[in-house]
Amino acid sequence: MSMDEKVVSPAYIRNRTIVSLLVFTLFVVGCVGAWKWLYKQPKQQGALAPLRKGLDANEFIFGSIYSISNLSKTFTKEDAVKKVRVNGNAGMSNNFDTAAWKLQVIKAPGDTLMLTMADIKKLPKTEVIFNFKCIEGWSQITHWGGVKFSDFVKHYQLDELAQRQFTGLVTPDNGYYVGIDNRSMMHSQTILCYEMNDSPLPMNQGYPLRLIIPVKYGVKHLKRIGSLSFSNQRPKDYWYERGYDYYCGL
Amino acid sequence: MKKIINKHPLAIRWFHWINFPVLAVMIWSGLLIYWANGVYRLGWGDQTILKFFPKSFYEALNIKYRLAEGMSLHFFFMWIFAVNGIVYFLYLLFSKEYKLIFPNKKSLKESWQVILHDLKIRKSLPAQQKYNAAQRLAYTTVIVLGFLMLLTGLAIYKPAQLNWLCNMLGGYEWARAEHFIITILFFLFFLVHVLQVLKAGWNNFRGMITGFETLPPDDSKNIAVPKDDKPEKQSSEL
Repeated sequence: MSMDEKVVSPAYIRNRTIVSLLVFTLFVVGCVGAWKWLYKQPKQQGALAPLRKGLDANEFIFGSIYSISNLSKTFTKEDAVKKVRVNGNAGMSNNFDTAAWKLQVIKAPGDTLMLTMADIKKLPKTEVIFNFKCIEGWSQITHWGGVKFSDFVKHYQLDELAQRQFTGLVTPDNGYYVGIDNRSMMHSQTILCYEMNDSPLPMNQGYPLRLIIPVKYGVKHLKRIGSLSFSNQRPKDYWYERGYDYYCGL
Repeated sequence: MKKIINKHPLAIRWFHWINFPVLAVMIWSGLLIYWANGVYRLGWGDQTILKFFPKSFYEALNIKYRLAEGMSLHFFFMWIFAVNGIVYFLYLLFSKEYKLIFPNKKSLKESWQVILHDLKIRKSLPAQQKYNAAQRLAYTTVIVLGFLMLLTGLAIYKPAQLNWLCNMLGGYEWARAEHFIITILFFLFFLVHVLQVLKAGWNNFRGMITGFETLPPDDSKNIAVPKDDKPEKQSSEL
């Protein structure tokens, strides 16, 4: 491999330089133009439309490598932090009546299953100790206990509903809501969680019941579940509306 | 009449100039993301030499509260960065251009001589082909860093689906730190690269756009093009 040498006229050098510089200038103008064009595009759910398409395309691409058997790394109780970070309180309004709380499983319009904490605790308990990852970039090894969502679905014979694409979860005050694909919901590490560090969930961590779903960023781990429902369309999602990826899959 | 040498193939020039704005967008959007958990610093214990980054930095560049925008940009342009980089690498291999870039046996020793020369301590440069030894090392390092960028990026993007990769890189938090460190290294490379290009002058810079460099009429001082890469004295056994 070597570079070839040539003897050429000054006109050749001039012409080749001009042509190249012209193409180069067009390229620079094209790049600047493309950037400006991008920022003039309408927003779709808070994200610039082309970038929203990109996020959705990524969901399609990386959704295809998703396997329910891929587990998030687990840790021991000793690894888990005692001071668990609290991030965000959307949907956690003060006028919440814990005594009256029941989990609403909306099976169909007018057909809602109402479950108490005692009902849920009857199911076998699953503990998950994993590195909780916030979309902001921090992470924490945390220890949770609750009922596997897949066990829950089986026990309450929601199998057919869970065949739909998504589960939507909403806080009792409708202030926070997420939509999650059911392939991720049925993952063996996804739990309806009522314990943290072997104690009942603290209020600010979503007492009495929250979602823990290690294959998603923290934004999907909805605290204080009021109701859940199943659908084939993307359920409303709080951060999706604010420009974030819908999928948020890890 | 003038003598020219065709230095950079057209494909390489395109890869290079596509990479420049794309990498700029990746670093920019990376900063928008990093701000949301900007915890890294240079120091020990309570002693901090350099905080990544000071508040004034975020404010001057208007980086705050743009996490969603940063992520949507980052996960869009990552494809262009990855495809351009991989096709570039394949081009190097198949065109045999890699022989002019990857370091050879002499590169480590000679790159010292190049650095001493650039620092004006040593007078002459060792004989070279397209690139001197320091360039070979620097450019090859940056290619390796590019690969590591993709790997560490994938590890923090899909730590559960690609848990083997994430574990291999030391876990989620390490992979994130590595991703950040490589960005800093990219930036340092960029600084040196631009300084060297400024120092080398127009003929060299034009070469990355037109592909050719003009050579002085006197042949004695131009870029030496040895017949082959091998050391002059070959040991008898092969």
